[in-house]
Amino acid sequence: MKEARFWSGNEACVEGSLTAGCRFFAGYPITPANEISEHLSERLPQLGGTFMQMEDELASIGAVMGASWAGRKAMTATSGPGFSLMQETIGWGFMTETPCVVVDVQRAGPGTGQATKSAQGDVMQARWGTHGDYAAIVLSPNSAQEMFELTVRAFNLSERYRTPVVLLADETIAHVRERVDAPKGDSLEIVNRRRPAPGDTRFFGSEGVAPMPAVGEGFNVAVTASTHDEVGMRFTQGAPVHRRMIEALNAKIYSHTQDIVETELHNIEKCDVGIVSFGCTSRSVYEAAERAEAAGVRVGYVRLKTIWPFPEEAVSRLAEGAGRIVVPEMNLGQISGEVERIAGRKVAKLSKIGGGELITPEEILEVVMRAS
Amino acid sequence: MQVESAAGFLPRTYMRNLKLPFCPGCGLYLLSDSFLRAVHELGHRSLDGFCFTSGIGCASWIPSPYYMADSVHTLHGRSIPVATSIKLVRPDLNVVVFGGDGDIVGIGMSHFVHAARRNTDILVIMGNNMVYGMTGGQVAPTTPFDTTTATTPYGSFEHPIDAVRLATAAGAAYSARWTTAHPKELRDSMKKAIQLRGFRFIEVVTQCPVGFGRRSGYGDAGAILNQFRERAVSVEESGRLTPEELDSKIVVGELIGRHRPTLNEAVAEVTRKGMEAGREDRD
Repeated sequence: MKEARFWSGNEACVEGSLTAGCRFFAGYPITPANEISEHLSERLPQLGGTFMQMEDELASIGAVMGASWAGRKAMTATSGPGFSLMQETIGWGFMTETPCVVVDVQRAGPGTGQATKSAQGDVMQARWGTHGDYAAIVLSPNSAQEMFELTVRAFNLSERYRTPVVLLADETIAHVRERVDAPKGDSLEIVNRRRPAPGDTRFFGSEGVAPMPAVGEGFNVAVTASTHDEVGMRFTQGAPVHRRMIEALNAKIYSHTQDIVETELHNIEKCDVGIVSFGCTSRSVYEAAERAEAAGVRVGYVRLKTIWPFPEEAVSRLAEGAGRIVVPEMNLGQISGEVERIAGRKVAKLSKIGGGELITPEEILEVVMRAS
Repeated sequence: MQVESAAGFLPRTYMRNLKLPFCPGCGLYLLSDSFLRAVHELGHRSLDGFCFTSGIGCASWIPSPYYMADSVHTLHGRSIPVATSIKLVRPDLNVVVFGGDGDIVGIGMSHFVHAARRNTDILVIMGNNMVYGMTGGQVAPTTPFDTTTATTPYGSFEHPIDAVRLATAAGAAYSARWTTAHPKELRDSMKKAIQLRGFRFIEVVTQCPVGFGRRSGYGDAGAILNQFRERAVSVEESGRLTPEELDSKIVVGELIGRHRPTLNEAVAEVTRKGMEAGREDRD
């Protein structure tokens, strides 16, 4: 059962989070993510949930982690500068296997950049923002509909794999207002973290995802982001425990790549020109592809709904089937480098930054026609 | 009387089968012991019902993982935000934060002030050794003026923070300072603070003979404890001293703060209003 609504991307994200079971939010004001906080400050108390505006992004994501360990599904939403401040704690969440969702509504950076202007420059930050060897799960919506759906999916993946999941939105998709078919709760898969049985003591470091207790349940769980063994005891000296733990936490994600990676594919097996895109830019790709096909050029595309882990299989298939590959993105070339790594050859980069100016269908069409 | 009240107290009742890892002469042994004795004297026979958060630094290791309890060992400085949400989600838990001076009023200062402002329903116990001990004895926001540390070879040139007055000014319900030379008062203060509600803060001025005593010239544990005894003045007595006279003193005692709704009570009221508004929307 579905209900048609007319929502902005940020509103759709809020409703998606509530549908997924989010009952705790902590955040700090920042453009262009503010509508998420504002709507949740009204909606969460209605459902018995808790909204906190904290003193900064460090506190916000810290509170999200605490709420998750107290048993709640929890989320924060921010943009570039705030996302930078949260990076250390995102690493803490990976290391302690804490499910939560971090929404980054991208704006133009670095620094304060252009606070109200759309951009796609946080792709690599979302992958490598915290220190050390870790695996990131990052989803990229390209419509208000997907702000709803991928927020639900972000919660489901975070609960299933016990790890922070980033919803990498952008100002355009956050503020676009369009029809959203919101599925009602029971027609949607909602994943909840696996709970321990009485007497369980091993809550960490399993490739198969260990069960997660909450504090106050009698498990006497010791949570630490220092290197620890399966029962949570710190081991900050020798190599074996560190290797075992970090390899297991990475394998936990990478052995489930098939489940995590989602793409939208069009004609990738046999095309003159292949396009790889994500987020707001992919909306222009749809039109450019149609117009190029009308002009007799066979176009294939991969649209990344999951950015990390990188959809290597789909991009590899496109690279085999396509003559030239075009990568339009609103940054100076972050996804294009990944595509070149997979394809083993140079791609045509179409980069555009500043002022929130989108890459237009005409600009993509021009590069496609030149490449064909 | 003391013997009687301490009867049957065994630290290991409340601890995992591990020994605290601190240097010989460290004051954190007494700090931990005082807390567990306070818990014991209040009649708790386990740490069920308590939840601990801590940051990074020696004092943060007290509960994590040594206490047989739920403990969340957070990043440096972030123990208070984590404690805040745990208490909001689980109002039934007694949430206690352990941290050092660097953790609580250095890197985590902002959270400390805001938690006091919100009257967040948590107890923060800060071991103040006046130095960054775990990393080798660097100057801290609590180091007395003109002290030699690992990063102030010519003497420290900044003034220390008074965390107890800061907490009170920001809105704490209870704020106290004792030293490790005041074990009885410290334990009584902890017993009181565990039972109160709202933001409660206890600063424990403690000796770090290895990281602080050697370089600063304060000396070994015994010498530092003697200094604590000599320099301690009560809150009442401190009122008769000039700010300059107080510079070399350690003001000990309690500052009772304001009685306001706790964060939990205020949030519960907002939730009630929200749920009512939600019902009206559906009607």
